Amino acid sequence: MVSAAIVVWALGWWINVWLANGTASDNRVVMMLIPAVFGLTVVIVWELLVRGYAVNPVILPAPSAILERMLVEGPRLWADFHQTIIKGAMTGYVIGGLAALGIAVLADRSDFLTRGILPVGSFMAALPIVGIAPIFVKWFGSDWESKAAVVAVMVFFPILVNTVAGLRDTQPMQRDLMRTYGAGYWPTLIKLRLPSAMPFIFNGLKIATTLALIGAIVAEFFGSPTVGMGFRISTSFGQLALDMVWAEIVIAAIAGSAFYGVMTLIEKRVTFWHPSQR
Amino acid sequence: MKSVLPVLTVVGAVLLFWLIAVVPMNMHLVADQAQRDGLSVSPQTPVERQAFSGIGLSLRNLHLVPRTYDFVRPRLPAPQQVAEEMYATIVQKKITSKRSLVYHGWVTLAPTLLGFFIGTGLGIVLAVGIVYSRVMDRSVMPWAIVSQTIPILALAPMVIVVLGSMGIQGVFPKSLIAAYLSFFPVVVGMVKGLRAPDTMQLDLLRTYHASNSQGFWALRLPASVPYLFASLKIGISASLVGTIVAELPTGAKAGFGARMLVGDQYGQPLVSWAALFAAALTAAALVGLFSLIERITLRRMGMQGA
Repeated sequence: MVSAAIVVWALGWWINVWLANGTASDNRVVMMLIPAVFGLTVVIVWELLVRGYAVNPVILPAPSAILERMLVEGPRLWADFHQTIIKGAMTGYVIGGLAALGIAVLADRSDFLTRGILPVGSFMAALPIVGIAPIFVKWFGSDWESKAAVVAVMVFFPILVNTVAGLRDTQPMQRDLMRTYGAGYWPTLIKLRLPSAMPFIFNGLKIATTLALIGAIVAEFFGSPTVGMGFRISTSFGQLALDMVWAEIVIAAIAGSAFYGVMTLIEKRVTFWHPSQR
Repeated sequence: MKSVLPVLTVVGAVLLFWLIAVVPMNMHLVADQAQRDGLSVSPQTPVERQAFSGIGLSLRNLHLVPRTYDFVRPRLPAPQQVAEEMYATIVQKKITSKRSLVYHGWVTLAPTLLGFFIGTGLGIVLAVGIVYSRVMDRSVMPWAIVSQTIPILALAPMVIVVLGSMGIQGVFPKSLIAAYLSFFPVVVGMVKGLRAPDTMQLDLLRTYHASNSQGFWALRLPASVPYLFASLKIGISASLVGTIVAELPTGAKAGFGARMLVGDQYGQPLVSWAALFAAALTAAALVGLFSLIERITLRRMGMQGA
């Protein structure tokens, strides 16, 4: 088994060397294929090593065991996903995002406030805000409302800072042009300044996707109903059902990447004019 | 320096909001206590008071407002209570005392820094590999980017327990998480930085007949420094957050995370809040330190600080 793992590793690496240095290496399909081969190689090597060394499943379960668990526990995983991601993370993400956008647009009317909010906001974004989770669980109860509150606070600052910075990103020439058209504050905001702030806003929104999932899962460690990904991770862990823990990890990873991917897709649609998208 | 006054205004506004919020947040608890102390409270029984919101109850019991600011076990402590608690546990306690926040801070900081240096070192090595090897670039780089979107921080407590059950304890498990979290920002930033020199500059070195390694030391590495510092600032705060989260639900006995949890479980909110703010101060100090090093280094190198 162990020698098979070494063979698989060498084979996977050799395929990738061949693909990457081959003539078709800039082809789109090949560019997707190479990381896929790499990922697959890692999973197979993991499986073979776990079997070969007979690693205790309490320490590291084999990928096949995790996959099996995911298939068997489908409905329960879906319930956890619904509780944590849809109710907790999404609600908080929307609330925090809307609040940040609103405050950014309000603060933007005053140059004085903008200069205050930018440093304070980026300072706050670097702080360990997850630490408020136990306090919020106490305030808002253990159901999804407290998770949404934690998520809202966590995503608020990155989105706020990026939006405020984005709204300042128009050039005097462009603003003057709007003025020669006789456009007031609102037309200028909607037709010029918000669109040109979009690359910044989406940068904040994309950073916030991961934060939202982290906040929702971590907050469940401090109290939750008997459903939810954080709850399942900590209780399955207590039962030494590591394959269930890993199943939740896989779900969280897929959800995180998908959430990020969706934001990137929307960004492509909205900011198609920006140099980075062309 | 132009932004000192605006910053102070924003901070002042936040403090003011906090000061106002203290009253309705604590009013129910204060009213219950006041009744036990024999003071007059406007709806007589706790059950009747539950029907009122915090604001409504405060308006009916204006004489109790001062009491909300020095309540022993508040839902939301007043700013000066947190400040007092921090002063008491940072300055007045001996550093060796189990109640000193300096002691707990060091318990958190040591694995953070160790992990951060390991993560940064490995990240730079991997970035160099990615820039010089096409295979690594094509196969590892997409995963490095995808891994940024995975909420791996949520698993920090489990990693601690798994390693603990394997007999690995102490500083190392926490630094592993800190290292992981600072690793990927550094990889992504350094790859960008090492690729920052444009074709013109690379061609110039080729006309000098510079070797690959000369090109690396004389052009690519210096060009990557601003990117490196941007990544370091992200990495160090991510590392600290990782260490704190790792301490939170694992029954750690010391550290900022442990203090937050102890305060929460034993009904001492002031302890939690003081730990939260001390952690914030630590994060701010670390990021500030790296900004300072960045400014000095970039000036020495003749670049404009970002």
